[in-house]
Amino acid sequence: MNDMTVPAQASSTGAPLNLSRRGFLGASLGALVLGVALPARQARAQQADAPAIKPGTRVNAFLEIRPDGTVLFRSPFMEGGQGIFTALAQIVGEELDVEPTQFVMEPAPPGPDYLLIGGMRFTGGSMSVRLSYDAMRRLGAAARQMLLQAAAVQLGVPLAELTTEPGRVVHAASGRSLAYGDLAGAAAALPVPENVTLRERADFRWIGKPFARLDIHAKSTGKARYAIDQTVDDMLYGAVQHARRLGMEPGDISNEAQVRAMPGVHSVHRLPGAVAVLANSWWRARRAAEALEVNWTEPASGTANAMPADFSTEGHLAKLKAMPGAGLDFETEGDAAAALAGATQKVEAVYDAPYLAHGQLEPSSALARFNADGTLELWLPNQAPEMFQADAAKVAGLSPDKVILHSQLLGGFFGRHFLYTTANAYPQAILLAKASGRPVKLLWSREEEFLRDALRPMAVARFRAGLDANGLPVAYEAVAVGEGPAGRWFGRKTDKVDSSSVEGIAGKPYAIPNRRIAQIHVDDPMIIGFWRSVGHSMNDFFSETFFDEMADAGKQDPYALRLRLLADKPRHKALLEAVADLSGGWKRGPFTAQDGTRRARGVAMASPFGSEVATIAEVSLRDGEVVVHDVWVAIDPGSIVNPAIINAQVNSAVALGLSSALFEEAVYAEGVPRARNYDGYPILPPDRMPKVHVRIVESGAPMGGIGEPGVPGVPPAVVNAASVLTGKRIRSLPLSKQRLSAGEG
Amino acid sequence: MELTINGQTHQVDIEPDTPLLWVLRDELGMTGTKYGCGLAQCGACTVLVHGQATRSCVTPVETVAGAKIMTIEAIETDPVGQKVVEAWVAQQVPQCGYCQSGQVMAATALLKQSARPTDEEIAGAMVNLCRCGTYNAIAAAVREAAQA
Repeated sequence: MNDMTVPAQASSTGAPLNLSRRGFLGASLGALVLGVALPARQARAQQADAPAIKPGTRVNAFLEIRPDGTVLFRSPFMEGGQGIFTALAQIVGEELDVEPTQFVMEPAPPGPDYLLIGGMRFTGGSMSVRLSYDAMRRLGAAARQMLLQAAAVQLGVPLAELTTEPGRVVHAASGRSLAYGDLAGAAAALPVPENVTLRERADFRWIGKPFARLDIHAKSTGKARYAIDQTVDDMLYGAVQHARRLGMEPGDISNEAQVRAMPGVHSVHRLPGAVAVLANSWWRARRAAEALEVNWTEPASGTANAMPADFSTEGHLAKLKAMPGAGLDFETEGDAAAALAGATQKVEAVYDAPYLAHGQLEPSSALARFNADGTLELWLPNQAPEMFQADAAKVAGLSPDKVILHSQLLGGFFGRHFLYTTANAYPQAILLAKASGRPVKLLWSREEEFLRDALRPMAVARFRAGLDANGLPVAYEAVAVGEGPAGRWFGRKTDKVDSSSVEGIAGKPYAIPNRRIAQIHVDDPMIIGFWRSVGHSMNDFFSETFFDEMADAGKQDPYALRLRLLADKPRHKALLEAVADLSGGWKRGPFTAQDGTRRARGVAMASPFGSEVATIAEVSLRDGEVVVHDVWVAIDPGSIVNPAIINAQVNSAVALGLSSALFEEAVYAEGVPRARNYDGYPILPPDRMPKVHVRIVESGAPMGGIGEPGVPGVPPAVVNAASVLTGKRIRSLPLSKQRLSAGEG
Repeated sequence: MELTINGQTHQVDIEPDTPLLWVLRDELGMTGTKYGCGLAQCGACTVLVHGQATRSCVTPVETVAGAKIMTIEAIETDPVGQKVVEAWVAQQVPQCGYCQSGQVMAATALLKQSARPTDEEIAGAMVNLCRCGTYNAIAAAVREAAQA
């Protein structure tokens, strides 16, 4: 049934990537990943011979109303803490007329019914609710209509005399009613109605309300099960030792016989770029895998994705900074060059941000089982079931319809579980299950996870601005240097800028009459990936921090200058005023807080994933480090489904944004990472979490995303505040690289 | 080797230096306790040993033979644990949820030792990592559980 035509990204057998074959996904997906809402449309032309199934319409593919009245719902989107299961239960329940608490959610299997993201499916880009909202409402309404029709037949009354209350069809005239659970069988046999009436917004009972999440109790009592927790009969546990550099292959193993004799060991295997041990427990497998003394061979020249033996992050940063050229234009207005030449004052700066690991608490794992009927079953975390199914089929040498995918709750994703060739565990699990003839649960140790994660790319941005005699910016030029993940994984045209490399530098709302945003592409030797808020995660740091440099140079208050340059953007202006109000009125500082600390505030704005965000941070300095006390966030996603989830997501986004600003960088030397665990790659600990204050603004604009938008404003707001205290601009992250001291701010 | 977990005794035949975490997960099938780092960095593997929060990923099983071990599987049978879970639900703490078994166990250990902890005590005890950044909700839930 599945007719997904997305080619496999690459096989685990090391087949080279062929970007051009994926080119058909092209710009539209790049735009999707960037969060530009696509008009809903039928499957793309390439799927012209696909079954005529309109995604999101076949009620029975999604809903099963069970005799007890509970609703089994197959979610097109994966739950990783962002609350999508609950949001869908609210949306569908609202129209179906079933309490969201009655929903039992599970990830939908691969299939054409679930391709709700522009004819594809993935959970990412903060797109799940906003791109499926209308379809899911109609689906719920259609199911309700079918239940009404079934009830009309059963009660022998006209349809028009029937109404519903949660979980029941009611015939008020006769006082009779039927439970949905008793009507489900008859209703499911009816055709899905084409036209349905949706509830009025004013009548919403659950959409827009802070409905409690459905999975909280299970997640508070250890009952929630993740990929790492799955077991099947006769299963072996697998552990790997990866080559320290991608592209190296295992040669001789000098102690293979001894390792085979270790307790519980079943077998030792050579895999592409790794060696593996299967054993009767994971701990035994891991100890044995780590004990293997492998003679790794250097990659043959031209090996795809080979990590150069001399690669260092320091060297790559120097390379990005030294890249000559004006770059390829992405966004231009007026004549930036001429306006710069004629400006009274010029401001120039070069910014950089490091590689980042996802660092989700659940390391990658996969459970693979070949069945006697020729099928392969996989239990694994993923953000794109059809793509994983297609790739797994290639690895296994099966057709995709023989691959049964059980998508799991994600133990944190942040962009970790896309198809990233070498960064996924399932190809190894498949090969090991095949080789051993037994089901295999493969788990990467934390060290192997850090070694093979797909990293947020390193980036550099060069800025030049020209100010007029009044200190106002009249010319603005920004050149981003690096590579974006959308281009890497979904195809890049050499004459076109990958928008994931410039989003957050481009797309800013400020009225600067002459602008040029450009990009210089530099191939990144690293396996790069999507990291919560993607390009925005560093680019808004660059652009919003440089904004304060412009303001300072022109002797303008950075908040006042933003307001001034947003005079013609009522939505942005209102949001900026909202965050200032939330924080008790804008004050930059420095000022002395009640506890005697010297503090300052910074502000930043971001326009990620269809939402608008304004952020203020209050910081002080202690022992050379930045302490963040409070973060205020005003977020305008247009309209909302669940304010409690939005609040939780903004808190979460503040934590991740702050973690990146304060601590995180993946450092490589001689082609290998310095950190292989949290001891060398610190992430935000509880004692560095600020108070977070959230205001949701519903401007009525088209619905935007929620999962990611809170991230990008945090680093620039924090750094802008810190710069007030230090009296010096900070242009490189993370802040922990330098010891900061108070200046004459 | 005999282990007492959640009031039940289990006989396990395993290398004595195996971390308790893997005995729980792979030998006894108690997968509520999670593996995060293996280095006592993250706390996802936290269990109680004689009421003390203990990182099972670095605890050789031989060192807890005969000890009273409690895992997340028994959390709602423990009066303090029950209060903690109720507060976790009321504050809607978990997001991805993966670290939360360890967080709930750490909170339970704290409240067993200090029924009315100060904010400083909460900060001192609740040191497990959460990549979703649920820290403020965790602190609020611990305070709520202490009031209950």
